[in-house]
Amino acid sequence: MDILGTLKGLWMDSGFMGFFASGGWKSLIMIVVALVLLYLGIKKKFEPLLLVGIAFGTLLTNLPGAGLYHMAMWDAYVYECPYDAANEAILYDVEEERALTVEEYLARLPEDAQEPEIIEKLSFTDIAHIGGLLDILYIGVKAGIYPCLIFIGVGAMTDFGPLIANPKSFFLGAAAQFGVFFAFFGAVLLGFAGNQAAAIGIIGGADGPTAILTCMLLAPALLGPIAIAAYSYMALIPMIQPPIMRALTTKKERAVKMEQLREVSKTEKIVFPIVVAGFVILLLPSTAPLIGCLMFGNLLRETGVTERLSDVAQNALMNIVTLFLGISVGATTVAARFLTLNTLKIVLLGLIAFGFSTVGGLLVGKLMYKLSGGKINPLIGAAGVSAVPMAARVAQVEGQKANPSNFLLMHAMGPNVAGVIGSAIAAGFLIKVFG
Amino acid sequence: MDVKMNIGEALIDAVMGWAVVFLGIALLVLVVVLAGKLMSAKKPVPAVPAPASAPAPAAPQAQTPRAPGAAGELKLYDTPERDAAMVMAIVADELKIPINELRFISIREVRK
Repeated sequence: MDILGTLKGLWMDSGFMGFFASGGWKSLIMIVVALVLLYLGIKKKFEPLLLVGIAFGTLLTNLPGAGLYHMAMWDAYVYECPYDAANEAILYDVEEERALTVEEYLARLPEDAQEPEIIEKLSFTDIAHIGGLLDILYIGVKAGIYPCLIFIGVGAMTDFGPLIANPKSFFLGAAAQFGVFFAFFGAVLLGFAGNQAAAIGIIGGADGPTAILTCMLLAPALLGPIAIAAYSYMALIPMIQPPIMRALTTKKERAVKMEQLREVSKTEKIVFPIVVAGFVILLLPSTAPLIGCLMFGNLLRETGVTERLSDVAQNALMNIVTLFLGISVGATTVAARFLTLNTLKIVLLGLIAFGFSTVGGLLVGKLMYKLSGGKINPLIGAAGVSAVPMAARVAQVEGQKANPSNFLLMHAMGPNVAGVIGSAIAAGFLIKVFG
Repeated sequence: MDVKMNIGEALIDAVMGWAVVFLGIALLVLVVVLAGKLMSAKKPVPAVPAPASAPAPAAPQAQTPRAPGAAGELKLYDTPERDAAMVMAIVADELKIPINELRFISIREVRK
């Protein structure tokens, strides 16, 4: 037995050799990125439930040789090109931007390549057969299942009472979508295609599942950076929003105490999800997956006869899907795709989107302050950016700094949950136009 | 497939998108308010007793019925509700008496 040869073979086949291969250094950088994200999630508690999963997915997918996620296979699926499973290659000419015929591909195949195993058109069944673990989990993202299941959980956890009690809050949820369209425009200025710009802009909706679903439908190649930007900025809301709030409002406005909200009956709470789902889906059918699931979850919560289902949606289902979603989104951050100038642009545009969404909500909040004769505290407009309940908490904290006896939390929850509906409508519009 | 677009088209789409969100939300507000009004209209109105033919002797002062276990009204003077809640919780804790067994008449902030 050739012990030396066996050891050499083991070393040559190990993932460590991958770091010395062409472009291997990029994998090392991505591993550092994964460790930084893990630090932010664990130590700084930045959206840890998702960020830890995303970071670990990033780590796994960038370990050379692990083979848990195959970017080329998903490219073949998206662009409907033939795929060589044996050599993990897509039959596509990047320079000529066209699919290759099998004959052309075989002619270009190096001599030391493995016997090709070509699949003309990949299906989810093929992917389940030949893919790695993360490929299989990623099917849930690709099919748009995880974001919708998460929305059932979000609906089951959301109390729309403050919104029903004060329907004017809806307008603040709409106003705070300003950043979505501002960032969309900015992305086009920076050279992104319309569908990519739309996927980037929706980061401003401050709603993770909406951003993931929109991105998956419009620009799947950008999923990794967009998901990371969306969740990172959501975690940074307590740092992003307060300076903008203080810059755009006076102390007098921030100190406004709002009247107590009226009591909302159980019937109103039951009818609300049915009416909203029916109306919004009829108005914009492309919002059906998000609004339908959100309102279904909320109906489970409010009926009073489906406590078990509501409990599952809020806890077990939400946790399982969050787990799968995080790790499979992280898996898309393959070094070759992630370490580009576009990722930096997306990170910048995401910040702009969040900032301008806050500005939009605050400006309409100020308008409502004027129109109501000073009865509405404009700070609650900033909560319209969704990011439930973080943005509402920030409005509460800033309001209390201006007036220690101020309790804005329940008032801010109205625009906050309206922001979820507003961002779903914005996403529906963008999917309709660019999908 | 990537959709290339120029700045003018992008601007129109951005403005139109925000307008659609506002319009959709405005219509939704209308629907929610209408549904709320419909439901409140269907609520049974509590029966009002018929006025007595002769003026009745002055009834004892009408009071809102208290919830079972309520300890009466608490008057706050220059004291925010949150501070009052904390004061009551601290007093109950110091006295080792459950808060529902105590009655607070009023709380006033004393300024030195």
